[in-house]
Amino acid sequence: MSRVEKGLARRYRQERNFKRLGLGAILLGLLFVSFLFISIFANGYTAFQQTFIKLDVFYDPEMIAPVGETDPDVLSAGNYGGLVKATMRELFPSVTNRRDKKKLYGLISTGAAFQIRERVMQDPSVIGQRESMWVPADDDVDMLIKGHIDLNLPESDRRIKDDQLSWIQGMQEDGRVEKRFNTTFFTAGDSREPELSGIKGAAVGSFFTLLICLAISFPVGVAAAVYLEEVAPKNRWTDLIEVNINNLAAVPSIVFGLLGLAVFINFFGLPRSVPLVGGLVLALMTLPTIIIASRAALKSVPPSIREAALGVGASPMQTITHHVLPLALPGMLTGTIIGMAQALGETAPLLMIGMVAFIVDIPGGAMDPSAVLPVQIYLWADSPERAFVERTSAAIMVLLAFLISMNLLAVWLRKKFERRW
Amino acid sequence: MHTSTLIIVLLGLMSLAYYLGRKRSLNLVSGRVRDLHSLPSYYGLHTALWCGIPAILLLVVWISFEGSVVTSLVVDSLPQETQNLPSERLNLVLNDIRNLATGDIVSTTVDENMQQAADHYARLQSISHMAMFVAALSLAILAGFIAHRSISRQQRARNRVEKAVNFFLLSSSTLAIFTTIGIVLSVLFESLRFFQQIPVTDFIFGLEWSPQTAIRADQVGSSGVFGAIPLFAGTFLITLIAMVVAVPIGLLSAIYMAEYAGRHFRSLAKPVLEVLAGIPTVVYGFFAALTVAPFFRDMGASLGLGVSSESALAAGVVMGIMIIPFISSLSDDVINAVPQAMRDGSYGLGATRSETIRQVIIPAALPGIVGGVLLAVSRAIGETMIVVMAAGLSANLTANPLEAVTTVTVQIVTLLVGDQEFDSAKTLAAFALALVLFVITLALNMIALYIVRKYREQYE
Repeated sequence: MSRVEKGLARRYRQERNFKRLGLGAILLGLLFVSFLFISIFANGYTAFQQTFIKLDVFYDPEMIAPVGETDPDVLSAGNYGGLVKATMRELFPSVTNRRDKKKLYGLISTGAAFQIRERVMQDPSVIGQRESMWVPADDDVDMLIKGHIDLNLPESDRRIKDDQLSWIQGMQEDGRVEKRFNTTFFTAGDSREPELSGIKGAAVGSFFTLLICLAISFPVGVAAAVYLEEVAPKNRWTDLIEVNINNLAAVPSIVFGLLGLAVFINFFGLPRSVPLVGGLVLALMTLPTIIIASRAALKSVPPSIREAALGVGASPMQTITHHVLPLALPGMLTGTIIGMAQALGETAPLLMIGMVAFIVDIPGGAMDPSAVLPVQIYLWADSPERAFVERTSAAIMVLLAFLISMNLLAVWLRKKFERRW
Repeated sequence: MHTSTLIIVLLGLMSLAYYLGRKRSLNLVSGRVRDLHSLPSYYGLHTALWCGIPAILLLVVWISFEGSVVTSLVVDSLPQETQNLPSERLNLVLNDIRNLATGDIVSTTVDENMQQAADHYARLQSISHMAMFVAALSLAILAGFIAHRSISRQQRARNRVEKAVNFFLLSSSTLAIFTTIGIVLSVLFESLRFFQQIPVTDFIFGLEWSPQTAIRADQVGSSGVFGAIPLFAGTFLITLIAMVVAVPIGLLSAIYMAEYAGRHFRSLAKPVLEVLAGIPTVVYGFFAALTVAPFFRDMGASLGLGVSSESALAAGVVMGIMIIPFISSLSDDVINAVPQAMRDGSYGLGATRSETIRQVIIPAALPGIVGGVLLAVSRAIGETMIVVMAAGLSANLTANPLEAVTTVTVQIVTLLVGDQEFDSAKTLAAFALALVLFVITLALNMIALYIVRKYREQYE
């Protein structure tokens, strides 16, 4: 007894230490989660705002078209870039040197000319008049206003030079600089200019890809699960299928990309970087997840239901379609949503089938070339401009919001329809 | 007319066929359902299936052969000298014709012949479309009509419909097999072509990896050497770092969750940790490249160590974070599967909780834990985006985690993204690497699943 008591203090200490170790591990895990989210959020929230500059545009008939002109072809051919430059020169008449002028023009985004053209096309009667207009600032100016440019650096290392700085300060004092909600980010496709780029193209591409993926993987996955769980005889062949599905679930996703490249693109000759091929590849990839979840859902339906149905004279197929499937459906849907969330976040296989192309247009269907959200994130993460860092983080926030809501939907579905017999 | 319109029309026809078939069966017995062999809806379904399936099959076959038939007809109509061009040039010409026909930008100047060919192409295509439309619709109506006429009291409609459904179920389940066969064949064929150019032994045992093949003989630095050892070493190094991070944290948190945590803490902490599993890998990659790698670099600089900004350490640590929930949920399952009787026995002998865990539960759960770790290793080996974004591109044969290394998956991506011609050893090398990746992960999975199954049987 005394020997036991002698060691007791040491053993209790070990016990406490072990428990602390476990708690520490969990806290470390939680710390990683919060660190990841904080780092993404801190980098990204500024992207939802964009700096705009107010210009007093004189719609010069000499540069656009004569007053009263309404032919869209003539209107769209006007020299709008020159108009923006003239407006800037007018704003800072003291700038005469060629090199300085170039720096001055650099303050305004190239999108300003398109914005003015749009305005004129909409309402040709503005030609010859003067109007103030808010146009997007260049991404470097945007970064400066948001405080991402270190002004202590020597001028040569900075993207914003000293005289540009003084011009911007001058405009700020005039109330010509303002941060506004960045609608471009949600309504535009990709662009080389950070201030003109948005995620709509990628989001629409993701939508079409997921639609194709869902249309294939859900019916096929459920059918395969029903066959394996309810219909198939237990023999070598079904064992083989089962082992096969379990192994496919763990095959690296990039290998599916190579399969898509070799089969869909090289063999069947489908075009590259279209949502159709992306959806097909992702469907093959998510199929094991859906089959495994659906089988678990079918397993949880008690045998008494089947026996009762068979007992009153239903055929085996009627038993399945009328009784077992409706009861297993919530579980199957939960598995499918989780599989779709996986597919939405997947990048590597899509790189293999060429979905990394630079695509400006917003896709109109499953056969138009497009990007998807995670690939857009990858592309922006590779871009050197500082302004793309915050846009990458913002795109990640949008992607995570989609994923989290899908997962919440799955949890809600499980909570609402889960039945225990 | 668009193919999708055709499909919608077909669906409409199918529902019409369902309605008519059902009605006819009811009319036959003047509403007395018990005189029919099957329920009326089965007669409807039977008619609808006959109406839809042959037409859809025809559609699939037509679409898959339409392109090549039309193209060969257009080629026949081209002038003789164009037809004699080598196949790549001919393909370029055809591409231009196709673009011209659809009104896109064309790479060369448009001449008389080309315009003619494009018109011919457009004409053929519209004829083919019209013919497909007519053929599919008439087949649907004809087959539906015959099925409709064949309805009788004794017709075994239910059995036929069920047979069709059964066939669909069976073919769905074999898709998994076809996927595997597809993966093996597509990877294997290209790999064999690669090994015709580069000997297998050079590939597996070579110490130098530099896939750029020289275009000119005197070019520097593009030797085209395909020795994959540095890639395997880099993959191994990053996987090792990931496991060093993930296994202790994942295992300890699983133990705490299963043995110590109260219900409330468990219901709170478990979903949060599972959030880590749901985050896309591209997000981890961005996190590694933007936050973790500079952090390690600055820390190394303040300690006087030269840490590369694409160090294996950063990629490995972030990959470890990604794998934590994987290990913890798998270990949680196996720890919970250890029978309560074993715990009670240990407590009865006077062991503390931690002693029970270390000396009874962990040994009992070890096979399951090992299986889980092996699955995690196979995931780490196949993980792509984190290493593509955070690890290096140049193949370094080093064991120093502070230097940049490259991995198998990074090389597959860099070899295949961008311009590629399908005959060069450079592109084919990606498929050889994928073959290695597939074989290794497959072997790991097989072993892991075998261990886990054996373990489960032990306690059931």
